[in-house]
Amino acid sequence: MTTPVAIQAPLARAAARGRRFTGGRFAVHLVLILLMAIWLLPTIGLLVNSLRSSSDIASSGWWTSLFPPKGLTLDSYAAVFRETDIASGFINSLFITIPATIIPIFVAAFAAYAFSWMNFPGRNLLFVVVVGLLVVPLQTTFIPILRTFGQIGIAGEFLTVWLAHTGYGLPFAIYLLRNFMGSLPREVFESAYIDGASPVTAFFRLALPMTVPAIAALAIFQFLFVWNDLLVAYIYLGSVRPENLPMTVQINNLVSSQGAGWELLGPAAFISMALPLVVFFALQRYFVRGITGGAVKG
Amino acid sequence: MDPRLGTALAVVIGVPGVLVGYIYLTEVVLRFVAEKNRARIRPWLWLLPALLFLGLFLVIPTILTILRSFQGAVEGVWSGLDNYAWFFGTPDALTALRNNLLWVVFLTLFAVGGGLIIAVLVDRVRYESVAKSVIFVPLAISTTAAAVIWRFMFDYQSKGTAQTGTLNGILGAFGLGPISFLQVDTLALNTIFLIIVTAWMWTGFAMVILSAALKGISAELLEAARVDGATEWRVFRFIVFPLLLPTVAVVSTTIVITALKTFDVVLVMTNGNFGTDVIALRMIKESFINGNVGHGSALAVILLLAIIPVMALNISRFRAQEAIR
Repeated sequence: MTTPVAIQAPLARAAARGRRFTGGRFAVHLVLILLMAIWLLPTIGLLVNSLRSSSDIASSGWWTSLFPPKGLTLDSYAAVFRETDIASGFINSLFITIPATIIPIFVAAFAAYAFSWMNFPGRNLLFVVVVGLLVVPLQTTFIPILRTFGQIGIAGEFLTVWLAHTGYGLPFAIYLLRNFMGSLPREVFESAYIDGASPVTAFFRLALPMTVPAIAALAIFQFLFVWNDLLVAYIYLGSVRPENLPMTVQINNLVSSQGAGWELLGPAAFISMALPLVVFFALQRYFVRGITGGAVKG
Repeated sequence: MDPRLGTALAVVIGVPGVLVGYIYLTEVVLRFVAEKNRARIRPWLWLLPALLFLGLFLVIPTILTILRSFQGAVEGVWSGLDNYAWFFGTPDALTALRNNLLWVVFLTLFAVGGGLIIAVLVDRVRYESVAKSVIFVPLAISTTAAAVIWRFMFDYQSKGTAQTGTLNGILGAFGLGPISFLQVDTLALNTIFLIIVTAWMWTGFAMVILSAALKGISAELLEAARVDGATEWRVFRFIVFPLLLPTVAVVSTTIVITALKTFDVVLVMTNGNFGTDVIALRMIKESFINGNVGHGSALAVILLLAIIPVMALNISRFRAQEAIR
């Protein structure tokens, strides 16, 4: 009661810190470590299983090969390349993903610049419409677009998914880039215009270089979105040109129509996950920034 | 060498080249326009490629699908609200609707609730970034791969044979089971299991955003409350949670829309069998397997109608943010 006011706060803080090392603190660690284990368990199970021989896979659980590790082999990975088209599926996924990532970035950057630094009537309304398009379910677009693709004779070609993914990815791309470009300092552009720069020069020399962090985040997003896409490829490539299918659709076909066993499904899943995981761990910072930039900040 | 490689290279280099060339061309074109009109025309030229893509791939197809939903299986034969009457009169279709409602409620509960708890807990430990990566990484892989991973979790062998699925292995260790998880339609449990798979992917999304918002709360404010003797729970309940509420709302919007659009997990794990169908999958089946494009279009429109209120909320929030910008 007689403690001087000035040292009450530090004392209380020390008490609070002391409290953290007791039961509550232990419970926090326990819960978190348990959650991490639960989150990792499904993936570890399938990973270990994909490294076992096909007879082991059929006769016992993956955990029996763990303590001590025994009979681990890459046979299943060799088998999935031998018995399925996963190798060409990997190439197809790349063919689909790279153009479908690059095209929307350019288109969105031009639009984002117009929305940020040009004045025109209806600008805000139009931008709200673009934000609204963000949530349109793709299902409402398939039937008319499929027919158009058929009529102009490109059904099943890679071109169809490049174009479709560009259209579907644009609302988010414009939204993300516009938020970032719009927050660049106004003075930069004003002084450039005073110096006689054209909008094209201002865009390529100023806006674009300053927007690189947002473009990196967007590129990662669009890349993962297209690489991981099942629905769009399933609809536009699925029945017409099976040789153009990406890995996601191939894996779904393995599951549904061919009833493939775990010795093929496990390796196939991990081959399809390899690139996203590399991208994720190498560029996690941009990935997180893209998510928080797209959802928290308006 | 794969001949398609040439095409891909041409696209990767050619398309950006064409687009950049287009922007330079607009300035050339604008030279022929009276100077006072240039600033008025220029933005539309910059927007043109985007507006073409949005129009051709989102706006016009959506309008056509809405019109198509009022026509029968044969195009051009107007049938009024028949397709919608079919939807509300078919038990299978209504099961899909019920499941989507379950998805909205439970995915939001699991992913946002879980994300919030983890964000708060992880803020107090030194291995924060590792823990976050572990929870977050499923979002980077495809739903297809996640579905395969979890099919293996739920894998079921008939009683008496060795269980190879992880969960039945655990149950077996306690002398329980085996359970054919994906076929248990009592209380729509199998739908709940599919929701858990999606929550496994999306909890990290909610966690990352809520964690960013949490870091934005002033440390002095929390310290002051603690100094005044508030327990950790009261600090969370009366300071942290109210301050996080706007972000919780934003995250929930995204999760609700994800729940309404859910497709991949159901397709890969059960193909909609055992009463796990959802509207987005039903739409594909009606259109492309049963060949009734009228029914399919109506299902797509129902999905759109379910999303519009969420979208409207999103837009009003967005406009409020723009106003204080």
